[in-house]
Amino acid sequence: MALNTDPNIPDPDDFYAELLAAHEGLSDDDSIALNARLILILANHIGDRAVLTEALAAAAKGDTK
Amino acid sequence: MPLDDRYQLAFKLYPYTRSTDQDASAPMRHPVVVLGGGPIGVATALDLGLQGIPVVLLDDHEGVGQGSRAICFAKRTLEIAHRYGCAQPMLDKGVVWNLGKVFHDDRQVYEFNLLPEQGHRYPAFINLQQPYFERFLVERVREAQAQGAPIDLRGKNRVDAVEVKDDHVVLDITTPDGPYRISADWLIGCDGASSPLRKMMGLDFEGRVFEDNFLIADITMKANFPTERWFWFEPYFKSGDSALLHKQPDGVWRIDFQLGWDIDRKEELKEENVCRRLDAMLGTDVEYELVWTSIYTFQCRRMKKFRHGRVIFAGDAAHQVSPFGARGANSGIQDVDNLGWKLGLVLNGTAPESLLDSYDVERRHGADENILNSSRSTDFITPKSKISHVFRNAVLDLAEHHAFARPLVNSGRLSVPCVYDGLPLNTPDALPEGPARTRPGAPCPDAPLGQGFLLDHLGGEFVLLGIGVDVPDQLKIDAVALRGLPVPTEGDIQDRYLGGAAGAVYLIRPDQHVAARWPVYDEAMVRAALARAIGKD
Repeated sequence: MALNTDPNIPDPDDFYAELLAAHEGLSDDDSIALNARLILILANHIGDRAVLTEALAAAAKGDTK
Repeated sequence: MPLDDRYQLAFKLYPYTRSTDQDASAPMRHPVVVLGGGPIGVATALDLGLQGIPVVLLDDHEGVGQGSRAICFAKRTLEIAHRYGCAQPMLDKGVVWNLGKVFHDDRQVYEFNLLPEQGHRYPAFINLQQPYFERFLVERVREAQAQGAPIDLRGKNRVDAVEVKDDHVVLDITTPDGPYRISADWLIGCDGASSPLRKMMGLDFEGRVFEDNFLIADITMKANFPTERWFWFEPYFKSGDSALLHKQPDGVWRIDFQLGWDIDRKEELKEENVCRRLDAMLGTDVEYELVWTSIYTFQCRRMKKFRHGRVIFAGDAAHQVSPFGARGANSGIQDVDNLGWKLGLVLNGTAPESLLDSYDVERRHGADENILNSSRSTDFITPKSKISHVFRNAVLDLAEHHAFARPLVNSGRLSVPCVYDGLPLNTPDALPEGPARTRPGAPCPDAPLGQGFLLDHLGGEFVLLGIGVDVPDQLKIDAVALRGLPVPTEGDIQDRYLGGAAGAVYLIRPDQHVAARWPVYDEAMVRAALARAIGKD
């Protein structure tokens, strides 16, 4: 299975709002910690090592575009 | 330089006596000289001596230094010691433990059970102070000497210079009676992490330095802590950035505090400061006594090559790891296990000298695996950046509630022997239905056999293990004797060696690693595999 970079989340605006809501009222440090937990939870759910490697590469590349 | 002790001895095991070599008119030549009387050096002398190979061991002290130092000895080490005939006293004295608990701040994150697989003679680990481990090795040397093993332990013999020739090494030695000189066909350097031999030869030792100090406090106390390994990340009692509590024999507890990089060593080692940390951890109502304290830093590094012509390095002299995972002394003993039979076959002319290059290749492979594991543990325990600290704590937070995060918690991946995957002495696997754990290159897992265990019957020589397949009792191939060992297809041996196969033949090296395996017996294939396993291919 390859990394899916096509739109895949139903109701994207709603998801985005939920993501921001999860961070509401948090200090920067607490937000960073929440993001780290979220990454680990999602990474475990995906589980496919090749997909995770692709995702890491895509995320790293996003920074330099 | 005078021959003064650099440290106090726990046990005086090889007091200086004058050797006749010191009165010889010309330097005496020895087949093997071992440099360093620590656990790796003594084990090397024992391995060779039990093969009947004359070996001289030189050490600048007369015994074992004080301090518990290495305290965790793994099953593989006990199996090797069993082959040498000294595992029982280690097991009798050692503390067996299985349960580990991991804490973050004031919360238990999770606990793990080493859950040792049944059907092995030895437990996964014992805790035993290094001086005892060394003493039991030396006591076995004394017993072997009494039975004629040609082992010569020379205390207060300091090597001050070496001259490395193509086919021998000349050593200049200082003793309380003055200097003398000997030469050796082979010199084995087991003189520790700061190896004077490596320095005398101007050899590299590169790797990664970890900027952290750890305080060890060994204490005796009456408190009723269970025989478990407790590890704290960022403990609530603030005695260090991490802390470890582990039981040793004689009612001694090993406590380890991570202090950070910028510290005043002398100040931290003052008894009142050590006790301040201990009181915070144990509570002021616990009575204890300090046995030994030390501050250490560590590095993960190895020599580029372990063999340099007629000089071969083993143990910490060749490679150094962080203590997390107990991969120092345990991997050194695996070096000895790997080197002993190869040097034996080369010395008696059965195998080409190039067989010793396989020691270099196989044990560098082992060292790299250990360095990788111990570096990763260190990076988890002592995060090097803000974000690695964030992820580390995220893992710990999640591990408390979610099973998935527990395998990510890394307070040390405990030493297991490496598999020599893809290395030159192996014959490609011809038993595809066989279990992966016994593939060529793997160390043989133990299993019950008759009244004892399978590993009792393996090692020391090449063995042809026939599981439900007839193999000859004895076979001689190119001056190498093979012993046939027929065993029935049942129980743990079936699970661990056959998997889906109906029967199997295994060629097993003298260090109990699998060299080759097949579904049937075929002498020509055994011949080819043996030639390969002794470096003739």
